[in-house]
Amino acid sequence: MSEADTGTQGSPTGPEHVDAAETATVRRRHGPLRSLPATGLIGLLIVAAVVAVALVSLVWTPHDPLQAVPEQRLSGPTPQHPLGTDRYGRDVASILMAGAQVTLAVGCVAVAIAVLIGTPLGVLAGMRRGWTEELVMRGSDVVLAFPALLLAIMASAIMGASTWSAMAAIGLASVPGFARVARAGTLQVMSSDFVLAARVAAQPEARIARRHVLPNIVGLVVVQASVTFALAILAEAALSFLGLGTPPPEPSWGRMLQSAQDHLAVAPHLAVWPGLAIALAVLGFNLLGDGLRDVLDPRTRGRR
Amino acid sequence: MIRAVGGRALRFVLTLAATSVLVFAFMRVLPGDPAEVALGTGATERALEQTRAEFGLDRPLAVQYWDWISGIPLGDFGVSFVTGEDISPVVLDRLTVSLILVVSAMVLAVAVAVPLGSWAAVRHRRADGIAVSALSQVGVAVPNFLAGMLLVAAFALGLGWLPANSWMPPAYDPLQFLSHLILPVTALAAVQAAVMTRYVRTSVLEIMGQDWMRTARAKGLSRFQALVRHGLRNAALPVLTVTGIQLTTLVVGAVVIEQVFVIPGIGSELIEAVTTRDLLTVQSVVMLLAMITLTVNFVVDLLYLILDPRTAVRT
Repeated sequence: MSEADTGTQGSPTGPEHVDAAETATVRRRHGPLRSLPATGLIGLLIVAAVVAVALVSLVWTPHDPLQAVPEQRLSGPTPQHPLGTDRYGRDVASILMAGAQVTLAVGCVAVAIAVLIGTPLGVLAGMRRGWTEELVMRGSDVVLAFPALLLAIMASAIMGASTWSAMAAIGLASVPGFARVARAGTLQVMSSDFVLAARVAAQPEARIARRHVLPNIVGLVVVQASVTFALAILAEAALSFLGLGTPPPEPSWGRMLQSAQDHLAVAPHLAVWPGLAIALAVLGFNLLGDGLRDVLDPRTRGRR
Repeated sequence: MIRAVGGRALRFVLTLAATSVLVFAFMRVLPGDPAEVALGTGATERALEQTRAEFGLDRPLAVQYWDWISGIPLGDFGVSFVTGEDISPVVLDRLTVSLILVVSAMVLAVAVAVPLGSWAAVRHRRADGIAVSALSQVGVAVPNFLAGMLLVAAFALGLGWLPANSWMPPAYDPLQFLSHLILPVTALAAVQAAVMTRYVRTSVLEIMGQDWMRTARAKGLSRFQALVRHGLRNAALPVLTVTGIQLTTLVVGAVVIEQVFVIPGIGSELIEAVTTRDLLTVQSVVMLLAMITLTVNFVVDLLYLILDPRTAVRT
């Protein structure tokens, strides 16, 4: 459906930001879902499935994910345990379902932290320019020197391993991404005629930010959020794999992989299922992000 | 040009300084009392006093910071509060191991990604191009430690071709060294190659739509000839940036991969230090990794200036 969007791109001489505003209304008429490319739709379905599994696991799992049955440890697939059991004889399918909760919770909180800090900073930098911009950009350079995983390892060194420290660290490490995206979008919007008109009309800065800037960069932020969510899932999995993330007994995909390592020779299925779950969730958010970018980001629109 | 290089160098030094202050604040000020962290909450006040005096933790923070940071350019990271031993020899020794791992993985990833990504771009409408593109999308989603575990399950435990873990210094037995290197490097490189293939594909795809590429085709060059003669040089710029960014994610990826393969690298050192609450070692290793990240970014910035002199004017 993206051809429909490309058709609305207006006169080739017109500046790009005007197109952005135009498509915003066009999108509303068609609905964002209908113009999502097929791969984006697949991503959306995967994400919806992961969310559904996490929600279902809140009220129902085939077995108690924490209940150990020692005489059934490390069993392969049986009718009673379709995905087998782990080293304590716990049902892998149930742990897997419950593990989706932590994954999504970490992703949501981390992305929320990064959006809420990064976006205003980026908008501020793009609107004020000058030393404010310099400060924000150099600040994000410094934070960029610490990848999410490294920051999370530092946090667990001083505060001990916990889901909260993982969320905070991953969220903080993702702030520069949002600041940069928001700044780039803001710069573009600020050079548009409607912002010029608003400034000539002596509208206060906060109002310009709310009325003109934010609505026009929401797409960029949403795309960044989807991609960051995927990165957060990977970081949380790695952290739990290292034993520095979600502490036991709380089910977590990363820690399932960690314990699977000890039984790789006799029970490789223990690595396959959580591994598949992580890869699928990350794939889902990445595909969704790419699809949304095609629809929402004026810079890549019309490229294919 | 000289102004542009100078500006970037200044920015690099300032960022480095700010980063070091941040690391110091995070590891030394935030936990409250580093002596208590080292000895545990059950320690007596006398033991705490003694540790503080021994490691100079009772001095003003600014003095402690200067003491720590001024040693780093000389390769001196200080003395661990936990073991009481010099940190530097172990850290530098283990850094070498990690760098072997990371650099080999990077070379392998680039060697795979550039041809594969170009292929996917040139044939982006054909089945094989789409297959490469889909495969890379899936590869990006696989955590490197999972790739490592699967490789171990298949080639070490299943087929028995290669050792499952541990490390062999190259001086000890070059052949053994290589056989221990293959699986971890492949695990690191595979995921990295997937990420880079996507960037190379996008970059080449964009280049292929340019007017001068059409001119090259009109001269009678085939798609591949035009790409090799004119395209790749131009596609190299964004790919270079990504390579720089990826190098830093590789360093962090190595932290996890070292755990999978029980390799005594800087990552294992970091995790050990975290579990033994050895704050100064954590602080120094983190600073070292951040320094590597910033230096790589700086070098990429400079290379960018050489490859595309226009950027010198723009910023």
